[in-house]
Amino acid sequence: MSDDAQDDIILSELSDEELTLQMHDDLYDGMKDEIEESVNILLGRGWAPYKVLTEALVAGMTIVGQDFRDGILFVPEVLLAAGAMKGGMAILKPLLAATGAPQVGKMVIGTVKGDIHDIGKNLVAMMMEGAGFEVLDLGINNPVEDYLDALERENADILGMSALLTTTMPYMKVVIDTLVEKGIRDDYIVLVGGAPLNEEFGKAIGADSYCADAAVAVETAKDYMARKHNAMNA
Amino acid sequence: MTLPPNTDQVLVIACGALAHEITTLINLNNWHHISLTCLPAIWHNHPEKIANGVEELAIKHGNQYKNIFIAYADCGTGGALSKTCERLGLSMVQGPHCYSFFEGHDTFAAHGEDEIGAFYLTDFLARQFEAFVVKPLGLDRHPQLRNMYFGNYEKLVFLAQTNDAKLDEKARAAAMQLGLKFERRFTGYGDLATELAALR
Repeated sequence: MSDDAQDDIILSELSDEELTLQMHDDLYDGMKDEIEESVNILLGRGWAPYKVLTEALVAGMTIVGQDFRDGILFVPEVLLAAGAMKGGMAILKPLLAATGAPQVGKMVIGTVKGDIHDIGKNLVAMMMEGAGFEVLDLGINNPVEDYLDALERENADILGMSALLTTTMPYMKVVIDTLVEKGIRDDYIVLVGGAPLNEEFGKAIGADSYCADAAVAVETAKDYMARKHNAMNA
Repeated sequence: MTLPPNTDQVLVIACGALAHEITTLINLNNWHHISLTCLPAIWHNHPEKIANGVEELAIKHGNQYKNIFIAYADCGTGGALSKTCERLGLSMVQGPHCYSFFEGHDTFAAHGEDEIGAFYLTDFLARQFEAFVVKPLGLDRHPQLRNMYFGNYEKLVFLAQTNDAKLDEKARAAAMQLGLKFERRFTGYGDLATELAALR
C-alpha cells in the first residue's frame, strides 16, 4: 500500500469491520504506529482485548505467516510485521491479564546453549502469546539447567527449543536426554525448531514435534494441549 | 555446460563463494590435475539447496573424472550434504563451515564460547557484503531491522584469506554498519588448501 493511500485513511472513521481489515493490511505492511492507533480505537469502542488480539492481530499475522510460507513475503517483511504486532501486543498484554482472557497452556522457550539467534524463537513466542499461551522466554544461549529450572518453577506444559546452527542443534538432545534421565520427559510437550532442523532430526532426538515455522508451532501446541485435556478428562 | 571427458582429472564441485580461492590455489600450486565447477554462491543463504545441487552435478559429471571432491563443509545443510556424499561415495571438506576450515578446524573450535557472539566474514563475504548480507536481510530498505538481526552479536571477525587493504576497509565498514566491534584475523586458505593438496 502506498504512503499516499495510507495518508488518505482516517482510521477512527472506519467501521469495525473496515478497521479490522485495515489492521490486517497494516500488519502486512509492518506499520507499527497505525497498529497501535487501531488497537486503541477498537478498545475505545468497547472491544474486549482478547477479541482485538485474535480478530485483528493474530488473524493478520496468520496471513503474513501464510504468505511467508508460500514465498510471497520474506524475512525482512515478516520482521516488520512482527514489530507492528509487538506494538499492539504491548498495549493488550496487561489488559488481557486483567480481563481473564483464556489460557491455553504454558510454554517455556529459549535458544539453546552456544547459540545467540533469536528471531525465529521470538516470532514463535509472540504467536504463542497471541494464541492464548502464557510464554516464559528464556532468551538465548541456555544451558540445560535453565530449561529444567524454568519448566519446574513455572509448572509448564510445553518446552520449546530453538537453534539456528548445525553446531548447536545437537544440544537439544542433551536437554531431552536430561529430561529422560530425570524421569520427567513425559511431563512436557517438547517442540523444536530452527532453520537447519527437520522432522527427521526432531524424531531422532526424541522431541514430540519439529515445527517448521511459528504458525505450525502454534497449531502443533494447540493440538497437543487439546489431546492432553482430553486424556485428563477421559 | 558439459565438460569434456577427462579421466586423469579430479573434479572439484565447490561453493561459488570459494571459486576465487580454489582457482588461486590451483594456479599457485600448479595443480593441473584439478578441474573446478561451482554451484551458485548465493546458496550460502539457502543451504537447503546444496545437497541436491551437488548430487545433480556429481551425477552429471560422474563418469568423466577419475574422482570428484566436494568443496563444501556441512554449510548449514544439517548433515544432508554428508549423507548425499556418503551415498554417492564422494569425499567432502570436513567441519561445519568455511569459517572453520579457513581458520583451521582445531583453532576455530578452540574459540568455543568466547566467540558465540561473533559474526564472520571471509574475503568473499567482505567483497560481496551488500549482495549476501545487506540486501537479503533487507537492511538496505529497512535499516531499523539491524538490531533484530545483530543485537545479540558482539563483534564482526574478518577471517582474511589474503592481505588486501581494500578488503580490510570493506570488512571494517561492514562492522560499522552492523554496529559491531571489528577484528581481523589472517587465516590464509587453512584446511581448504590441505584438503585440496591431498587430491589425486
